[in-house]
Amino acid sequence: MSAATVGDLSVPGRPSARHSFRRATFGDVVRSEWTKIWTVRSTPFALLVAAVLGVGLGAAISAAASNHYATADLAERIRWDPTAISLSGLAIAQLAIVILGILVVTSEYSTGMIRTSLTAVPRRGRLLIAKAGIYTAVVLVVGEALGFVSFLVGQAIITGHAPDATLGQPGVLRAVVGAGLYLAALGLLGVAVGALLRHSAAAISTVVALLFVLPGVAQALPDSWRHPVVEYWPTQAGSQILQVSRDAYTLAPWAGFGLMCLFVAIVFAVAFALLQRRDA
Amino acid sequence: MIEASGLTKRYGGTLAVDDLSFSVKPGLVTGFLGPNGAGKTTTLRLILGLDAPSGGTVTIGRRSYRDLPAPMHEVGALLDAKALHGGRKAYNHLLCLAQSNGIPRARVDEVIGVVGLEAVARRRAGEFSLGMGQRLGIAAALLGDPGILMFDEPVNGLDPEGIVWVRTLIRSLAAEGRTVLVSSHLMSEMALTADHLIVIGKGRMIADTSVDEFVRSSSQQSVRVLSPQAPQLRAHLGAAGAAVRVEDDGALSVTGMESAAIGQLAAANGLVLYELTPQRASLEEAFMELTRDSVEFHASGAVR
Repeated sequence: MSAATVGDLSVPGRPSARHSFRRATFGDVVRSEWTKIWTVRSTPFALLVAAVLGVGLGAAISAAASNHYATADLAERIRWDPTAISLSGLAIAQLAIVILGILVVTSEYSTGMIRTSLTAVPRRGRLLIAKAGIYTAVVLVVGEALGFVSFLVGQAIITGHAPDATLGQPGVLRAVVGAGLYLAALGLLGVAVGALLRHSAAAISTVVALLFVLPGVAQALPDSWRHPVVEYWPTQAGSQILQVSRDAYTLAPWAGFGLMCLFVAIVFAVAFALLQRRDA
Repeated sequence: MIEASGLTKRYGGTLAVDDLSFSVKPGLVTGFLGPNGAGKTTTLRLILGLDAPSGGTVTIGRRSYRDLPAPMHEVGALLDAKALHGGRKAYNHLLCLAQSNGIPRARVDEVIGVVGLEAVARRRAGEFSLGMGQRLGIAAALLGDPGILMFDEPVNGLDPEGIVWVRTLIRSLAAEGRTVLVSSHLMSEMALTADHLIVIGKGRMIADTSVDEFVRSSSQQSVRVLSPQAPQLRAHLGAAGAAVRVEDDGALSVTGMESAAIGQLAAANGLVLYELTPQRASLEEAFMELTRDSVEFHASGAVR
């Protein structure tokens, strides 16, 4: 590397340099975050895992449930919800989605990239909103695809063995579309918790507790405690949007999903406010 | 132009930066010097808005960093070459940074050329050696073609060729009229690159001066005198008020008297001189002299 090459840096008159500079916009940050998310391996990997688990597990559960239907008792037949069964793989796929949401933020902290990112985009709110917006949009698209593919694969397996569902039946289209919405809300929750806690392990444990452990513990509580927990626990309430038939002590689909969105919005708002104030 | 005024940063009970006021001017390389732990990196983080000051202000052209409309065009910074996602390819790392400030893609290829990373741009940044990482960090700093550049310990981990390259780059950036702030704990490195020095110790300002002035003011000048009649000369020098120390090789190290005066004194007393050499303290000595009281960790010298 010679001094002459270095001298070439001198910018005046260089079209690619000084003259093209302008104010950085929110759109620039969105483009940057889009590049960021697709240039690390964890993104395609996690989305692939979500797809395989979601569709594969949904298919397996559909096969098992529809074989069991012939010998099921009346109560089981009354509760038979072929839509929910075909979407049941998403209960596991959601873990990959929420963890990737966490990593989108915490990997910046663990690698030190956050300091470079915040130097490039010192308006921190822009950075977080762009990051969260891009990831939520990606999950929404992937989640809708997963919802429809899981549903169609599941119904193809169920049909002939047990009553199946069609998108024209009441509540079915809402549940299938709701699968993508639910995953998108969870993805955003992952980003928010990641921004709040900044450490992958802490954020992942928190979200796993939120999604699986605490609702599981609630099952062991007496009914008077269990019912309100099941009804209002944000992620439980949100998952009502995936159910066609509604159990007792649950919120209506959109009310439940609305409650979950409110919860996600609060967590995001806290993360947003803290990001402005904390040292990076 | 970077201007700090009363800049203070406290982490818990520790005062990392204590009431620093300085300005960094265009067209010069300003060396930001201090022992390890003196608060150099903290100061740079405050300039970049990564940390919020506990007191005081620091501005870039009268604006705080967070309010800059085109941050990468105003300031290019290399704080830590490892502050990147190791799984991302070097090219993509630069691309996402460029996009965040609306910098055209062509500029990414351009800076890759400037730092000489063409051959490895498609490799993951995590596989880079320290030297390659340092070049990638410099490329990122240059992306926005900024008027102000800040480099934190830029020659760390570079091979000799790389060190010369960085020095040349830093000098030429300043020659183009840019403002360049380079931190280092090595005075010898600054002697070769800096025009101006800001020296801090334990977060406090020790000196804000030109390199020449720094050496003059902080080092005691001495004169090395070799004479076959050293004992007599020593007595005369002592009588004339100079301080004399005998070196291991028998030479006298005289302070408090210029070489001309020593020569005249010797001549007046008929003494022979073999050698009469003014000694200029090296920058490293001057620096150590100045920061002796503010070094965080002293080696005790004794091994027990």
